[in-house]
Amino acid sequence: MAEHDFETDGFDFSNVANKLGVTRRTYLKFCAGVAASLGLSTKASLAMAQTIAEASKRPPVIWLHGQECTGPTESLLRSEQPSLAHLILDMISLDYHQTLDAGAGHKVEEIKKKSMEENKGKYLLVVEGAIPVKDGGIYCKIAGETMLDLTVEAAENAAAIVAFGSCASWGGVQSASPNPTGAKGAQAILPGKTVVNIPGCPPNPANFLGTVLYFVTFGKLPPLDEQNRPKWAYGRLIHENCYRRPHFDAGRFATEFGDEGHKKGYCLYKLGCKGPETYNNCPSLEFNNVGGGVWPVGVGHPCFGCSEQGVGFNKPMFSLADVKTHTPPNNFPAIDDRQQESGISPTAAAIGGAAVGAAIGATLVASKKLGNKDAGGDESSSSDDQGK
Amino acid sequence: MKRREFLKKSLSTGTATLCTVAAAGSAEARENLKPKEDAIGMLYDSTLCVGCKACVYKCKEVNGMPPVQESEIYAWDEARDLSGDTMNVIKIYQDGTAAVKDSEVDGFAFEKRSCMHCVDPGCVSVCPVTAMRQDPITGIVTHHADVCIGCRNCMVGCPYNVPQFEYDDAFGQIIKCQMCNQKGVERIDKGMMTGCAEACPTGATLFGSRTELMAEAKRRMDLKAGEIYNYPRGDVRTPDSFHEKEVPEYKKHIWGETEAGGTNVLHISSVSFDKLGMPPLGDRSAASIAEGVQHSLYSYLALPAVALAGLAITVRRNTDDKEEEL
Repeated sequence: MAEHDFETDGFDFSNVANKLGVTRRTYLKFCAGVAASLGLSTKASLAMAQTIAEASKRPPVIWLHGQECTGPTESLLRSEQPSLAHLILDMISLDYHQTLDAGAGHKVEEIKKKSMEENKGKYLLVVEGAIPVKDGGIYCKIAGETMLDLTVEAAENAAAIVAFGSCASWGGVQSASPNPTGAKGAQAILPGKTVVNIPGCPPNPANFLGTVLYFVTFGKLPPLDEQNRPKWAYGRLIHENCYRRPHFDAGRFATEFGDEGHKKGYCLYKLGCKGPETYNNCPSLEFNNVGGGVWPVGVGHPCFGCSEQGVGFNKPMFSLADVKTHTPPNNFPAIDDRQQESGISPTAAAIGGAAVGAAIGATLVASKKLGNKDAGGDESSSSDDQGK
Repeated sequence: MKRREFLKKSLSTGTATLCTVAAAGSAEARENLKPKEDAIGMLYDSTLCVGCKACVYKCKEVNGMPPVQESEIYAWDEARDLSGDTMNVIKIYQDGTAAVKDSEVDGFAFEKRSCMHCVDPGCVSVCPVTAMRQDPITGIVTHHADVCIGCRNCMVGCPYNVPQFEYDDAFGQIIKCQMCNQKGVERIDKGMMTGCAEACPTGATLFGSRTELMAEAKRRMDLKAGEIYNYPRGDVRTPDSFHEKEVPEYKKHIWGETEAGGTNVLHISSVSFDKLGMPPLGDRSAASIAEGVQHSLYSYLALPAVALAGLAITVRRNTDDKEEEL
């Protein structure tokens, strides 16, 4: 899909209600919301709305499950956005999804093969779950084939690959030491391919939807960071936007669960919060669109670092995080910085000194005169002299 | 004229004798003071510091000091160094891209600036009154404003630039860290620890007795880089909690073990201390050398007596001359 014509003002959204089961108003509001969270304009949101409403542009999606708990799918199904399930099912053509498919067995596998053949280079591949590679990948099989083979096969002709969840992004819990099955993320077994990572355990459905909608609308992937995570969602540390941050800066820490500081909502860094080394948008979106301040830090538990490779499932839960925000420039004085003497500049001091000097000089001259007068035997008082 | 020559000679002989006494005195300069048996102190481990500045805030809160504002942004304390309003500040060493923590090249490291609480403090030695004192038990270097004459000798006598004067106050005083034990705060006497050590979330500022802190610092020196060590927080004698962390590549140097007679506040780091702004100091304390000279000059009031004698003679002679002329 090339760049879209943005003249969507005249587009008829009236059949949206019949097609998606939502009102036109709800639908446009949803699209505007997604566009806003992606940092896009109103025009882009209209383009997005049009793209989704047009049936012909629904891209087929092949969804693979590897070693995982189906958490990403579950969180996606439970997202609180209006009729999100309708949208996700209608804006894309979900041709294969082991959890949501009505059918089962050979028939479903046939449909998958058929869809992949028909839509070569057009379908979106979503990988959910880690891929074991030890002993030829025999530790995870679907329909007699290893997950390793299935993933490589499906990735071959995919238009884009999205790894949804920490397991698919970098291996997740099963890749933690000792990793008996040799579990790896999709990126690791697909060298040379761009895999968009949406890590999280479970990942926020908004991060997935936003990325997929961007792809569907503009036909290209959103800007990615060096770990191939969409920047709009994973551009900042949790620590940077955390509303407990002022407590961190002021040295107010909860030291134990249930202590006074914990009850008062102090910073959870001392309890092992991994917010300072985990990139995600949890403080602004909270946990899986549930709302009401519901996310680990919001309910008083330190961030676990579930979305960050090498942190979640790898670092001990209550060990301290490495704070990553103080790389320069930051507000720290250099070693040889000296405090300016507040209020008195060198110039002011010099002027002040000169004034004092002048006063002393004048006094000296006056006293000399006084002395001369005394020597001359003149009758004079000091008050007279001061008058001169 | 003969009389004059005689006086001249006697004066020069006197001076020579004085010099000899002084020379002999400096040769017999006193030893460095030894650490107090129950001295308390702190251990600052630069590699544990995450730059949260909780200690800077806590220090101001405990001691009732205002934040320093330098820019238009009234966001937080912008203290650049110790001053009349700041007794504790976290500074940064940066090199090149400053990407790696605790690396000398292309890295950065934090350093805490606060009173080192010298074992043989220069400020106490140079104080002409007894405004600067060292606590005989805890070894805390204290300042007593009620005796202070405001000469600011202590500011010159300190190798770490610690005592600061409140220049912007008409009745300014000397301000320095007294380990949160000054009158009205007295945290140590109450069995508490210093504010900065209490606030520190990582144990980068560790409180305790000098002996135990030194043992802890030496233990860390002996660790291999990459090992997992259980770092204590709070008071090293009774840590309220620990946290596990990979051991960094420490420089095998405990600042404060011997420097100028040692300090009660110890520093360890992965970056050499000259880069962290520590002054080049020998093992001898300036106080021990200076006091050797000064005390011999002034022993039995020898120097004042000689000076007074000299003055008396000069005055007498001049007066005599005048009288003769008249």
